[in-house]
Amino acid sequence: MRVTLRSLVAAFFLAIAVFIAAPASAQQPNSVNPTAASVKEQQLMQALQAGTPGAGSTLSGRITIPDASAANLIQPQGQAWRAFHQGAMLWVGAIAILGMLGMLAVFYFTRGKIMIDSGLSGVKILRFSTFERFIHWLTAGCFIILALSGLNVTFGKFVVAPLLGEDAFATLAQGAKIAHNFLAWPFMLGLVFMFVVWVFHNIPNSTDITWIKQGGGLVGGGHPPAKKFNAGQKVIFWAVIIGGGLLSLSGVYLLFPASAGGVLALQFWNIVHGLVAVLLIAMMIAHIYIGSVGMQGAADAMTSGEVDLNWAKEHHSLWVEEEMAKGKALPPAAQPAE
Amino acid sequence: MARMKFLCDADRCIECNACVTACKNEHDVPWGINRRRVVTLNDGKPGERSISMACMHCTDAPCAAVCPVNCFYTTADAVVLHSKELCIGCGYCFYACPFGAPQYPRVSNFGTRGKMDKCTYCAGGPLADNSTAEYAAYGANRLAQGKLPLCAEMCSTKALLAGDSDMIATIYKERVLKRGYGSGAWGWQTAYKETIAI
Repeated sequence: MRVTLRSLVAAFFLAIAVFIAAPASAQQPNSVNPTAASVKEQQLMQALQAGTPGAGSTLSGRITIPDASAANLIQPQGQAWRAFHQGAMLWVGAIAILGMLGMLAVFYFTRGKIMIDSGLSGVKILRFSTFERFIHWLTAGCFIILALSGLNVTFGKFVVAPLLGEDAFATLAQGAKIAHNFLAWPFMLGLVFMFVVWVFHNIPNSTDITWIKQGGGLVGGGHPPAKKFNAGQKVIFWAVIIGGGLLSLSGVYLLFPASAGGVLALQFWNIVHGLVAVLLIAMMIAHIYIGSVGMQGAADAMTSGEVDLNWAKEHHSLWVEEEMAKGKALPPAAQPAE
Repeated sequence: MARMKFLCDADRCIECNACVTACKNEHDVPWGINRRRVVTLNDGKPGERSISMACMHCTDAPCAAVCPVNCFYTTADAVVLHSKELCIGCGYCFYACPFGAPQYPRVSNFGTRGKMDKCTYCAGGPLADNSTAEYAAYGANRLAQGKLPLCAEMCSTKALLAGDSDMIATIYKERVLKRGYGSGAWGWQTAYKETIAI
């Protein structure tokens, strides 16, 4: 009797189990169609480019090796970066730099070297202290090498490589890269110093408007009044601070790729770095021109630090008045006769 | 000469990572660098597919176009190789590469980029074929020995194919026609501006 009851109970549960399982098995398809939901490259690529969620990102998945960036399967943005680097970057760079050189050449042959109208006075006035000159040349020296080594990366293979041959050029480029990486740091230090020392003198004010209205005396002649820095110099100052700041920020990201956050960020910072660099280089060419061959007596300000009093009166009249009031300029009589 | 390509049949790849391991072992690839990797898309969802990816040896290779020192060259078999003698480790090929192939050992200034390393299609580099120096810099040169890349040769499901473009395209087409589906020749449109029409 007991055995029969147990078998009945077992049969009952078995029947329930079959009853529950039956609908589930009925839902199983007869064959599997893997293409029904198969992921196709083209669909994913279109999704990336069509402004849908995920657009502007890479096509990535899951990876088992311990390198998260390897999870990017395809990044079509690389093609766009290539097109920029081999196209717009070359054009913008060439036009900015050669254009500036051309404009300066035209300016030199039309306007000529800007002379001191009242001639040399023989009296000197201290314009930049030793420390000011030091931070200027620290930044300037680094900038020149950074600019040349940077231009080399973009233009070197077209300009320098044919002259040197590929092996010698690669050795040069390797050295230039190391110089670029290391000199970036003293350059950034120079930027900080220049900002701290000169920012007070570079705040725009009403005299700048007059200066700009009169073309700074560069066009048409005349000598609009200016304090320690005229409007043109203030433009240079802020271009160096803002441009140099952007170069530093983007450069640090490029130097430490892991900190930038992926290849798309690196492409972006590279574009920023390249464009800001060529524009700043073009500005610095103009700065070098007017500080050397373009104007009589200007270079003294950054070499000996002492400029001729007549030069100072013509180009920085308000600054001379301030300095005279402080009694900083030597009276003419105190100068030894030459 | 052949036009060498890779083709990963994603419908066959089982993400065993044998290709990754084989590559690292065959070439004694430096620590931290994987010349080949397997990426799984739609992981755990319907339509999950794994794709083994390395340098695709592109036609009109972006890396070669942007390289500031022209260290890349394309062999007669259409394999894109580079010279570590010339490479300066600037990172530009990495920005341009659609497949994330170029990688840099962390040995250089500020612990960032050394000489670039990438898949050589088991074809070594510009140094003498199968020399010790070539092996040290680029790894084994199987192509010079008449062998195909090891990753594809030892793929357990024959998902990863390596060989002449026409030949592997024909194999893939036959597979797709027979089984009735295929998720496409991954990366071909990007690398070669053409894909396999079925």
